[in-house]
Amino acid sequence: MISNFSQFFTLADYAMVLPIILLTLFALGILLIDLMVPAEWKWSNAVTALIGIAFAAGAVCKAQQNLRLMESPFVLSGSMIFDRITIYFFYLFLAGAAVAILTSVHYLEVEHEHRGEYYSLMLFSVVGMMCMAAGYDIVLIFIGLELMAISTYVLVGFLRRDRRSNEAALKYLLLGAFSSGIFAYGLSLFYGLSGTTNLGGIGQALARHMEANQGHPSPVAVLALLTTATGLLFKIAAVPFHQWAPDAYEGAPTSITGFMSVAVKAAGWAMLLRVLVWGLYPLRSVYVPLLIFVSIATMTAANFAALTQSNLKRLLAYSSIAHVGYMLLGLIALASVQYPAPAFFDGLKGILIYLLVYTFMNLGAFAVITSLRNKDVIGDELDDIAGLFQRAPVAAVMMLAFLLSLAGIPPLAGFYGKYFIFLSLIESQHYILAALGVAYSVFGLYYYLKIANAMFMRPALDQERLPISFGMKTALGISALLTVFIGVYPEPFIRAVNWSLGIVHSGAVAELMR
Amino acid sequence: MQPVATTFFFYLLAGLAVLGGVLVITRRNAVHSALALILTLLSLAGLYLMLYAPFVAGVQIILYAGGIMVLFLFVIMLVSIEKSQKEEQFNKLWLVGLLAAIALGGLFIGVYVKGKALFPEAKVVLEEGNNTQGIADYLYGHYLFTFEIASLLLLVAIIGAVVMAKKRI
Amino acid sequence: MSITTFIIVSLIKTALALFVLLTAVAYSVWLERKVVGRMQNRWGPTRVGPFGLLQPAADGVKFLLKEDLTPPHVYKPLYIAAPIIAVVFALTSIAVIPIGNPVTIFGLTIPLQIAPDLNIALLIILGVTSLGVYGVALSGWSSNSKYSLLGGLRASAQMISYEIALGLSLVGVLIMSGSFSLNDIVAAQTGVFWGFIPKWNIFHGQFVAFFIYLMAAYAETNRIPFDLPEAETELVAGYHTEYSAMKFAMFFMAEYANMVTVGCLATLLFLGGWSGPVFGPPLLQALLPVFWFVAKVFVFMFIYIWVRGTLPRFRYDQLMAFGWKFLLPLSIANVVVTALIVVLQQ
Repeated sequence: MISNFSQFFTLADYAMVLPIILLTLFALGILLIDLMVPAEWKWSNAVTALIGIAFAAGAVCKAQQNLRLMESPFVLSGSMIFDRITIYFFYLFLAGAAVAILTSVHYLEVEHEHRGEYYSLMLFSVVGMMCMAAGYDIVLIFIGLELMAISTYVLVGFLRRDRRSNEAALKYLLLGAFSSGIFAYGLSLFYGLSGTTNLGGIGQALARHMEANQGHPSPVAVLALLTTATGLLFKIAAVPFHQWAPDAYEGAPTSITGFMSVAVKAAGWAMLLRVLVWGLYPLRSVYVPLLIFVSIATMTAANFAALTQSNLKRLLAYSSIAHVGYMLLGLIALASVQYPAPAFFDGLKGILIYLLVYTFMNLGAFAVITSLRNKDVIGDELDDIAGLFQRAPVAAVMMLAFLLSLAGIPPLAGFYGKYFIFLSLIESQHYILAALGVAYSVFGLYYYLKIANAMFMRPALDQERLPISFGMKTALGISALLTVFIGVYPEPFIRAVNWSLGIVHSGAVAELMR
Repeated sequence: MQPVATTFFFYLLAGLAVLGGVLVITRRNAVHSALALILTLLSLAGLYLMLYAPFVAGVQIILYAGGIMVLFLFVIMLVSIEKSQKEEQFNKLWLVGLLAAIALGGLFIGVYVKGKALFPEAKVVLEEGNNTQGIADYLYGHYLFTFEIASLLLLVAIIGAVVMAKKRI
Repeated sequence: MSITTFIIVSLIKTALALFVLLTAVAYSVWLERKVVGRMQNRWGPTRVGPFGLLQPAADGVKFLLKEDLTPPHVYKPLYIAAPIIAVVFALTSIAVIPIGNPVTIFGLTIPLQIAPDLNIALLIILGVTSLGVYGVALSGWSSNSKYSLLGGLRASAQMISYEIALGLSLVGVLIMSGSFSLNDIVAAQTGVFWGFIPKWNIFHGQFVAFFIYLMAAYAETNRIPFDLPEAETELVAGYHTEYSAMKFAMFFMAEYANMVTVGCLATLLFLGGWSGPVFGPPLLQALLPVFWFVAKVFVFMFIYIWVRGTLPRFRYDQLMAFGWKFLLPLSIANVVVTALIVVLQQ
């Protein structure tokens, strides 16, 4: 029998944080191996990174099995929570990173910026995401956030010779640092209000606080909530804190844009859920009106701005902002009911499923745009995708599937994300919001079909067949398969989400199964 | 020995910190801004001392005032000041800034008027004692894992700086 | 002790310490000229007083009476402030340095240091020395001269680089004594090995740390072989090219005061502080520790001058490579090894 390492790092802690440790080791390993790898063999770093992700996934799997043996979900003296949602998010991050790595190899070759640091930084940012999703202590959450953010800033500016990339990195860095500062300020006020950095402790202190003040929070609590929410909403790019997203998405290497729009965003959501639902739940009477305003503003601004875009990456950036608006509706539904009500679980389930399907459909869409980058074509304008059907029929059809899924057309995966969110809204009696959400989804169809129109109806500017590399084929295949599969046969995935929420069958699923 | 004139020193240091902060954003000459920032950092170190956190105060001086700000100055000294002084700020958002400042200022005044009652859970532990050991116990105990992740954060920052800045990797 | 007595005693101690320190500074200059002179087969100062002993006083008068020239185009506020900053920070750090065990006079127990025995004395010294670089950097910038600016830039880069190795070299000592308080560190070094080797840190596993400290301290005080900020063959006089009279003297004082402080710190951390054989009548017993302390500092100062008389100057890239690629890894290794040994011995 092996004893514990110390009282602060027990064997249970080790078993649970093993995925994080493995990813860190692989990231450091890539940095070292990269020194010895000749220029034409740089793709081997991608292989190393994928192996690292596979190992980490194995460790998550192991942790998942050990979950039953744990007496409490808290590890590392309460600074991490290891529940099923954590495991769910871990898988999500790893999947997003793996697909993004597959799309990167050829792209970096074309850009002549193929270096090991790229993959290493991606793994480091996944480490940061895991800390955000599993963190139960505001210090750990904040440090995880910064680890992820700094890795992402560098990845956004990774094309050092490209001025757009530099500009994007600088804008993202400045705004990101500013929002992190505001976020940290809010967290420090919560520490002052509660005397603890533990999210659970903050929640209890706030509950006492609300009880003492007859349900009216003090100005400090409101100030703390506003600043914290600002930081959180910035990270998921909700209006009015969204301005960085189009610029950063446009300038970043396209493979990183895909990564940012799914994994980084999912991590932002994980943090948002942890802080708002686990920690600040007693303040929900304050933040629900706020979120209603933000989500309406987000859906409106993003959908209208997307209409006029001619740059594919900017268009998808606005589309991803719009999706944040839909997901926020789920959060509104779950926060406006008392804890064990069905709308609470359906709202959470909606967000989790949304993040899952969004990961694959959005990464798929960005993968297609990434493959447009060729010798002397930047390939992110609407004109560049024109006539894609003649140049690469399979990719064009897949892109159509991704776009329809993003719009939420029924037999595809995107539908189920929206379905549960609107369901939870109706359950929590937010009929107007539900109607508004549906209206905007239909509205969004227009700009998605604009891309489809260009692909199928317009002649290609360049008649040459589009070369698609092996890694890209794999990434596209996985994304397309899952987008269609989840749409046609969603049951196992809904089961997985139900498992992660700890519920067997809620009313909604039973209805769906019937 | 009992502490003397703490209120006076608190307001003195706090005032200096705020003054430094205002000067940082109002000076056109970047060197002056940097010096004002040093003033703010040093006043903060004084405030930490008053809270019986001498270790934090010492680290604040060594790292921020003595380390980071020297590098700031180093970079600023290489920049042509005259040119940047003549540049006009093109994005003037006075109205938004004013509104935000009024809203935030109102909240701060509210907090100031209500005073300590707003922070019922705050622990008032001001004991002269082993601040250094206390910090070490937290860093290598309760926050062990966080501390390690913070080291990764610094590593990533270094890698990032090298990747972005070095001509030939 | 009441607050009034405390303030009076502190004022007396401050005045005394400043007087001793400034005299020491003046005579270090004399010592340097003498010793370097002998090393170069010259006499050094001989004219003013016996063995030139009044030379420092003559120099002082000369600095005071010379015309204080302010060149045009300098940025005046900082140009004037820079030498003051340099000298103030150089003199401040002496406040936390103890030179002996507390003594009892007229029923008052008085510690032989100005500030009370703080548990962060070492951090304060490091902090104050790191602030001293502003004097050099700002003088370089405000002089509005190419030589000065280059000197200022070199100084800030060099001091930042070597501060890290300096700080890390002290960590080994801190691990062994378990305190930031300089009194505790000295107390941990009392006693002897095998009856004759004193239990100073330098003989107690911290020899490498002492070497690192020595190198980093030379760089921190801008002394040969690391005097690039004022390299007279390339930069005229570096950051103080544009200064004259008393302002120049202030930089001079700051440099030598820093050397004395660094020597005091080395004595306290590595050479056992004021520990040494104590014997004789009570008065002698009270004075001997202070004597040992001063003697050790003197030895350290002598090494400073000796090195100056022996070594040529580094090139700038060599300086940076030495700091970052040699001293820094070495000091980290020293910390790790010391920590391992201390843990294994427990």
